[in-house]
This record gives sequence, structure tokens and C-alpha cells, in this order.
Amino acid sequence: MTDQNAEIETYGALQDKEPQKEPQSQWREVWDQFRKHRGAMIGGGFLLAITLFVLIGPWIWQIDAKKLDIRNKDLRPIYTALWDGDAKVLWARPLGTDNLGRDIMATLIAGGRASLAVGWTAMILSLFIGTTVGVCAGYFKRLDGILMRITDLFLSLPILPLLLVAVTLFRQPLRAAFGPEGGMFILIVGVIGITSWMPTARIVRGEILALKEREFILAARSIGTTPFLIIRRHLLPNVISPIMVSATLGLATAIITESALSFLGVGFPSDFPTWGKLLSDAVPRMEEFPERVMLPGILISVTVLSVNYLGDGLRDALDPRIRGR
Amino acid sequence: MLTFTIRRLVLSIPTLLFISLVIFLLLQLAPGDPMAQVPLTVPPEVKQKMREALGLGAPVHVQYWKWLVQFFWVEPQVLVDHWFGTAFAEGKLRVISWQTRSPVMDIVIQRMPQTLWVVGMSYIVGILIALPIGIYSAYRQYSLFDQTGTFISMIGFSIPPFFSGVLVIVIFSVNLGWFPSIYDTTHVVTDWASFKVQLQQMIMPVMVLALQTTAQISRFMRASMLDNLNQDYVRTARAKGLKESVVVLVHVLRNSMIPIVTVIALGIPSIFGGAIITETLFKVNGIGQLLLTALFANDLPMVMTLTFIFAILIVAFNLIADVLYGILDPRIRYD
Repeated sequence: MTDQNAEIETYGALQDKEPQKEPQSQWREVWDQFRKHRGAMIGGGFLLAITLFVLIGPWIWQIDAKKLDIRNKDLRPIYTALWDGDAKVLWARPLGTDNLGRDIMATLIAGGRASLAVGWTAMILSLFIGTTVGVCAGYFKRLDGILMRITDLFLSLPILPLLLVAVTLFRQPLRAAFGPEGGMFILIVGVIGITSWMPTARIVRGEILALKEREFILAARSIGTTPFLIIRRHLLPNVISPIMVSATLGLATAIITESALSFLGVGFPSDFPTWGKLLSDAVPRMEEFPERVMLPGILISVTVLSVNYLGDGLRDALDPRIRGR
Repeated sequence: MLTFTIRRLVLSIPTLLFISLVIFLLLQLAPGDPMAQVPLTVPPEVKQKMREALGLGAPVHVQYWKWLVQFFWVEPQVLVDHWFGTAFAEGKLRVISWQTRSPVMDIVIQRMPQTLWVVGMSYIVGILIALPIGIYSAYRQYSLFDQTGTFISMIGFSIPPFFSGVLVIVIFSVNLGWFPSIYDTTHVVTDWASFKVQLQQMIMPVMVLALQTTAQISRFMRASMLDNLNQDYVRTARAKGLKESVVVLVHVLRNSMIPIVTVIALGIPSIFGGAIITETLFKVNGIGQLLLTALFANDLPMVMTLTFIFAILIVAFNLIADVLYGILDPRIRYD
């Protein structure tokens, strides 16, 4: 035995240059690759920071976003005092107040809560519909034709006009049923979710079609696993990566769509702040108070930008062909 | 190819019918009442008569059928009459707007040029900016230009038009005073000075819309160029001594343009949708703004027709994209 080993060692080409790495779990490798993507790390950090800002914010910044304080209306943010000594500023209102004296910092936090809540819920709803349709179409051959036809039909619907139609027309009954805020929330989340699931469904169907022909599915079926269990135990864990990537895209579009609806004046009621609502309310007086437009606009853009970067990083990290390069 | 085109054309008819049915039923379910604006002093039985005069008394399927006939049979006849001076549509009922009591299509025709000018110009400008950026950043991958270009296109992707529009209004129209913030559609270009005014009022809406297009298409262009730059035929072209500009701008570019052309065709309908926001922002009275005002006024025939026009655009450009792809890439065979 020792002779043989010595003989092999003389062939340099057969030797491994570096010691083999310890095998790691898949998610560990994904995380390692993800950390190398600088943009994704910064984006993820920003998203986390903004989420924490709107979640923990109300405990730290304990001013009620809806409280009117008419004596202190139209205050400018304190940093305007740097170049304009006469500006009305107050240390207790670091970002100023609006035309009814509501604290802008507090409304931004409350608006962010609404915007992010709508974004996340709509994204989860559209992922749920998209994954269900995709899995059913991919796994059950009989459903494939009809489900994909429906997907094509939905893809050729004019989304923004239809959203506008649905939101304007169904505002009243839902408000009556669930209250002004709850009704609007259900309506906006519902219409965004129902009109944005198609790309996910297509991607998931494609993946399922390929996975279904693999041996481990055949093995699972041969020991009598029910279709439901095959989908849950064997198929869904394998399509998680495309779903995650389309989740980030969905979150970005949901936030933008909600803001666009609010901007066009068909979103939440006027006393319920969201970032898009704050922006559109500030537009008529943007010459005097540009910060009221800038702050929510920057928050929307930074959130969407970081979500997009996060998605980019995730796509790279989850793609085994790129990983390890 | 021809059979494929014909098959797709035939298939698009049920698609469009289904979409029109969806929009129609959505509007039927809507609780809005077109009589809401009528004064309360009008007695209920008169209101009922007015409602029937609008065609609201009939059952749903009759209403839908009437709309179909009006849109697909009467309106084309009106168009033919207009072009050739015939009298096919004489005395036939057209789709009437509840707001203005005039035919919907007449208003759409009035509004169309503004939208086409702004939207079409922005799309062309966006493509013209995006293509060179995409080509150069792929050619010099990971260079400073590429990094900046990718970053800027990511920003253009992420800033919604209602914010970038407000931003440019604040900067260029309020603070610098270079451009007007309101688009004047009655402005007529007669000489050099009025052309300059037209240019000034167009530049902001066009650039806001173009930023989105540029961001999207330059990313696709870059990816498509990168796919092709490492192919064997590029090495062959270099090896036989072709100039670098010929290699990149003729051999690689022509092959990379195949997917880009379809992306461009697919993007045209969505830019019409995005124009709703830009038109509201810059007060362009195009069809996007028309849709919005019609919605708020509960003008269902107008909303129905406009939404359906958007749907026709989407279906048509999907078809065009598919056919173009088949024509440009001989490897694609649909039959």
C-alpha cells in the first residue's frame, strides 16, 4: 500500500493543489455568495434599517401622527436654519410640521408602516396565488392548458387602468364593510395581488415541469406518496429560490403601485398617511416646502432601490452556476 | 411564419373578447351611479327614464352585446365614412360619453396626438440613449463606465415617475425656471421661437418617461451583448482581421438586437399605462388624463372604451413581438 501511495504522489497532476473544503450546507453557501455582493448587502442593510425605523419608530418618537397642533403649523426642518436664519424651526419638530401642524417625522413613520405593510401583504398574496397556479399547472397535466391560458389572459390585461377602475369603483362598499382604513387596505392589497402573480406562476411552472421528470420524484411516487405530499416535501423546497427572487421584485412593484395609486388620489383616505399620499399631498405647495415632497419620495426610492439590489444579490447567490466564482 | 401569424391573429380575437367581458363585468359590478350628479329635485320616475335613455334599463348581456356592436361595427364604419366620404354609419348609435354626450371615439381622437407626441417621443429618446449605454458597458464590462451605468439604471428603475417628475419640476421649473411645469397643448409651432417653446415644454415629461425606458432597455442590451461577446463567431471575426468596430457594431450588435427588438415592442403598451401618471403630473391632456377624469366622473362608456384600447395595444404588441422574433431569428420556428 505504501508503495502505491508513493507512486501516485510522483504524478503531480493527480494531486489536489489545495485541501478539499469542508462540505457545507446549501444555505451556508448561498449566504457566503450573498455576502460577496456589496450592493445586495448594502440594500439588505437599508431595507432592514427602514423596516426597523417604521416598526420601532413609534415607541421612540412618541408624537401622534394625527395630532393637530395648529400653533406650530408649517415649521421647516431644523437643517433649513443652516442657510436661512429666519426659517420657522423648532427643536422638538426636527423635520418640521405640515399645514395642519402634524409632525412630519411621525407621519413619515406612520406612512412607512402603511406602505411597507401594503407592500409585504400584496407581495405575499401574489406569491401565494402565483405559486399555487404555477405548481398546479406544472404538476397536474390536465390543469396546465387552462391555467396557462388564464395566465396569458391576465398578462394581456391593462394593469394600471384596471387597478384605477377597480379602486375607484369599489371604494365605497368596502369602506362601508370594513371601515375606511381596513376596507382600503383590503382593496389595495387585493387588487395588487390579483394583478401581479403572473410572472411567478410562469417561472414556478417551468421549474416544476423540469423537476417532475427527475428520479427522486419517481421514487417518491413509487412508494405511494400522495401528490399533495410530493408537492409539499419534494417540489416546493426545490423551487424556493426562483420564488424568493420574484418575491423581491414583487415587493418593489407593490410598494411603487401603492404609492402611484395614492398619488393619483385613489388610495387611502386623506387622514391616513402613506408615503405616496404624503408626496401627493405636498405637491401643490412644493415651491415653499420642497422637503415635504423630497422626504417621502426619497424614502420610497431608497426602499425600492434596496429591494432591487437585494433581489440582484439573491439571484446571484441562488444560482449555482455563478456561486463559487 | 404566415400560418403562425394568422393563427395568433385568430387566437387574439377570443382573448380580446374575454378582456372586454372582464372589463365590462367589472364596470357592471361597480356601485357608482351615473345619475348621482343629477339634482335631487328631479323626481325618481324621470331619473328612471334618464337611466333607460342611457341604456341602463336593459339586461347585462344586451348591454354588452350593444357595446360590442357599437365598438366593433359602428365605430369602424364611422372611420371608413370619415376617410372615404361614404355614409355607412348614417343614423347609427355610437358609443356616447356620459360626461359630454358626444361620441367617445371623437374625444379619444382629439386626445391621442398629445399622448403620442409625449409618449412616443420619450420612448424613442429612451431607446436612443439606452442602446449606446448598453453596448459600451457590455464592451467594457466592470469598467467605471459600466459600474456607473448599472448604478444609474438601477436608480432609474427604482425612482417612480411620480417622484422623478416632481423632482425635475422642483429643480428645473421652480428653482431654475428653465422649463414650464405645465404642458400647453394649444401651443402651435409656427416659427423658430415657438419651436423652442415646444421643445422646452416637452423636455421634462419626455425625459421623466425616458428615464424608465432607458433603465430597462440598457440593462437588457448589456446582458444581450454580454451573451454574444464571448461566442465563437466573434473570435472568428477578430481572427480574420476585421476591425474592432466592425466586430462589435456589426457582428455582435446585430445578433444582440434580436431579443432587444422584442423587449422594445413589448414595452410600448406599458409605457402608455405609465403615461397616466406623467400626464397627470405635467397636466398633458392626453388619453391617460382622460381616463382618470372619466373614472372620477363615473363615465362608464368612456372608461370601458379607453381600457379596452389599452388592452388592444397590449395584445397587438405581444403579437408583433412574437412575429418579429420569428422573422429576425431564423432559428426560431413556430410551426
